[in-house]
Amino acid sequence: MKARVFVTLKGGVLDPQGKAIHHALEGLGFSGVNDVRAGKLIELDLADGTSDADIDAMCSKLLANTVIENYRIEKIA
Amino acid sequence: MKSAVIVFPGSNCDRDMAVAIEQASGSAPVMLWHRETEIPAGTDLIAVPGGFSYGDYLRSGAMASRSPVMAAVKAAAERGVAVLGVCNGFQVLTETGLLPGALMRNAGIHFVCRDVALTVGNNQSLFTSRYEADERIVIPVAHHDGNYFADEATLDRLEGEGRVAFRYAENVNGSARDIAGILNEGGNVLGMMPHPERASEPAHGNLDGARLFQGLVEGLMATA
Repeated sequence: MKARVFVTLKGGVLDPQGKAIHHALEGLGFSGVNDVRAGKLIELDLADGTSDADIDAMCSKLLANTVIENYRIEKIA
Repeated sequence: MKSAVIVFPGSNCDRDMAVAIEQASGSAPVMLWHRETEIPAGTDLIAVPGGFSYGDYLRSGAMASRSPVMAAVKAAAERGVAVLGVCNGFQVLTETGLLPGALMRNAGIHFVCRDVALTVGNNQSLFTSRYEADERIVIPVAHHDGNYFADEATLDRLEGEGRVAFRYAENVNGSARDIAGILNEGGNVLGMMPHPERASEPAHGNLDGARLFQGLVEGLMATA
């Protein structure tokens, strides 16, 4: 089984990378971009039967720094 | 005085740190590889040096903070052993949970490598006793992820408890409340982005960092 973990900065946490991307998009002439936030996608290839609790622990213990980041887990059969 | 310098794959200030500690204390630190699981008995000071541990993969300091040696460092810190984390070492200490908050990408996005003026926020700590209160000193920085972040309540607590050891006199990275270095609750752990070991001998042209090591050694000798 596979799982995707999306790690994103919490609201209110400044995202300089997202800001730079935003500026670059404007530089390319794309108007109407209100905001850009950059995050990470981590794909996990897991043994069948890995528990949700284990996947959640992987996220909270390592994959995301919960001081500044949120995570969302998407399981793929 | 017994000291140890932690070495991760990708550390690059470990030797400078060892030289600075040896100059101040008269004895060379033990260099401890990241796979070690124990800190030598009787160690008074552990330094977590700068660099790019594990290539800064995932987040700066994230992989290093989960390495075997850091479990031992954490246990030692909780027993009251002095721990100094500089630059990547500061990032590792926040990721380990020994210090609150996180170090994010510099607000200006650029890697900043230059001398920076700091003000001493607390000169009563184990690490800062050789500085005057509110003294302005100059210490070099070299980092990409030095933008200190913590929630407002944590920032208020740090300030209220005198745990902001150093502030940027000119904020070079967007750090909340100009924070350049903080102490833990017990006062035995200091994390700072600027590099005191790079301002610690005459050839560096600046001795402002040497006083940190001198004061620290003096403090540790007094309690030993």
